[in-house]
Amino acid sequence: MSDPRIAGAGVTHFGEHPERTGRDLFAEAGLEALDNAGIDPDDAEALYYGNFMGELAEHQGHQGPLMAEAIGLDVPATRVEAACASAGTAVREAVKTLRNGEAEVVLVGGAERMTNIGTAAATDALAIAADDLYEVRAGMTFPGAYALMARSYFDQYGGSHEDLAHIAVKNHEHALVNEHAQIQKEITVEDAMEAPTIADPLGLYDSCPITDGAAAAVLTTESYAEEHDLDAPVAITGSGQGGDNLALQDRPHLAQTPAADKAAEEAYGDAGVGPDDVDFAEVHDCFTIAEVLAIESLGFYEPGEGIAAARNGETTRDGDLPINLSGGLKAKGHPVGATGVAQLATVAWLLDGSHPRADAVPDSTVGVAHNAGGTVASTTVHVMEVQE
Amino acid sequence: MTESAQDGEYDEWLDSIESDEGYYLECSNGHGWLPPRRVCPRCHDRALSQVDLPESGEIASHTTITVPTPQFEDDAPYVTAIADFGPVSVTGLVRDVDPDDVAIGDVVGIDVGERVTTGDRAVVFRPR
Repeated sequence: MSDPRIAGAGVTHFGEHPERTGRDLFAEAGLEALDNAGIDPDDAEALYYGNFMGELAEHQGHQGPLMAEAIGLDVPATRVEAACASAGTAVREAVKTLRNGEAEVVLVGGAERMTNIGTAAATDALAIAADDLYEVRAGMTFPGAYALMARSYFDQYGGSHEDLAHIAVKNHEHALVNEHAQIQKEITVEDAMEAPTIADPLGLYDSCPITDGAAAAVLTTESYAEEHDLDAPVAITGSGQGGDNLALQDRPHLAQTPAADKAAEEAYGDAGVGPDDVDFAEVHDCFTIAEVLAIESLGFYEPGEGIAAARNGETTRDGDLPINLSGGLKAKGHPVGATGVAQLATVAWLLDGSHPRADAVPDSTVGVAHNAGGTVASTTVHVMEVQE
Repeated sequence: MTESAQDGEYDEWLDSIESDEGYYLECSNGHGWLPPRRVCPRCHDRALSQVDLPESGEIASHTTITVPTPQFEDDAPYVTAIADFGPVSVTGLVRDVDPDDVAIGDVVGIDVGERVTTGDRAVVFRPR
């Protein structure tokens, strides 16, 4: 099976841009991706676009054709919605389309405008990714949901809020050189421990910010890249997706994420690699505890052992397995519908040496992106490798 | 949908909790769920039967939420918890206890209360 190449990518600044429309954010990222790919835009045959809360934030549905138009493409355009995993799921659809031989060039991306509606309304909008009847009506927010998972984790495996603080410190430090990042500010463990509580045990520095931004990438078949002499050394060699019960209450375990286990197993099998082959990963750390659950599901740590990874320096940029060299969602920011493609772009840039943190992984050949939706009821995992 | 429209089986289930006749749905293999369900998502069994909800459950996890959605603005800070009732678990608001005193393993009963902000009905847990 042919492995799609990442021919080019583009990412806007992630941050507070309340006055910028979703279509303008996506146009910036999409046109940058097309320019970086160096392809003839007429060769593009489809757009898969991730977006979660456009109806609530912009009163704008039907965003697929709107976004294709925004980047000057007349192609079939499909919006993909899987909460915070919308863009990762869009990537998977693009990969399948290319592998099926239905297209040779596909645009993939996502955008989210969030800060224009304020924190309270954004919190409300994000909550609709949970079960409305049985969770939201019982006061569940997303920080609250991950707080339930964190407390369950501590109860079953041990660990503390201080362990989580080390993850926040690490990801903030990683983002210091990332000009796309929303937060470029070094913090200490004490800062994180003393920050206001949002949903105990999680505080302000355990949570990703609310973010406006967009990301896009041009994916092509291997043969198209060769025929057009594209500079596209990174291929998506493995793709996986997993699901779970939507409501936390319906899951047998509150401190594990089987949807990510399934996605990782499928992606690794597809790529013919295992966790030991991975040089670094970008994972969905919407909350610090989510990074712990992700690195366990990806097989880097046994359940209950991922909590100490940042504290022990194993996942810092000078550690054996750097996690979230971009700063992660925690510091880079999390424009929900764009995140999965921003992760894809980050991994590609780390592998081809063009990312500002590429010096942390100079000889790397295998990177992974893990994108999760809701309380990990949807997950995609993509394995990317440098090709000869 | 009109303002008076009910959410079918969900509101009927709340009614049952309110009248101390709470139930859950159980498949032939003992997997428990809350309505509406037509099939067990774990084993695909469609023979779901209505079973009495145990009178008490145990807190499986809890959090005190200080940054709420607008619908819970005047409720905050409040405790949301998942309580384990055996084959089925339920999410609800913990009432009548100091948030600092809520702990995993606490035994609670289930009831229906009002949300402070909106007056809407909500599942509540109280210590037993």
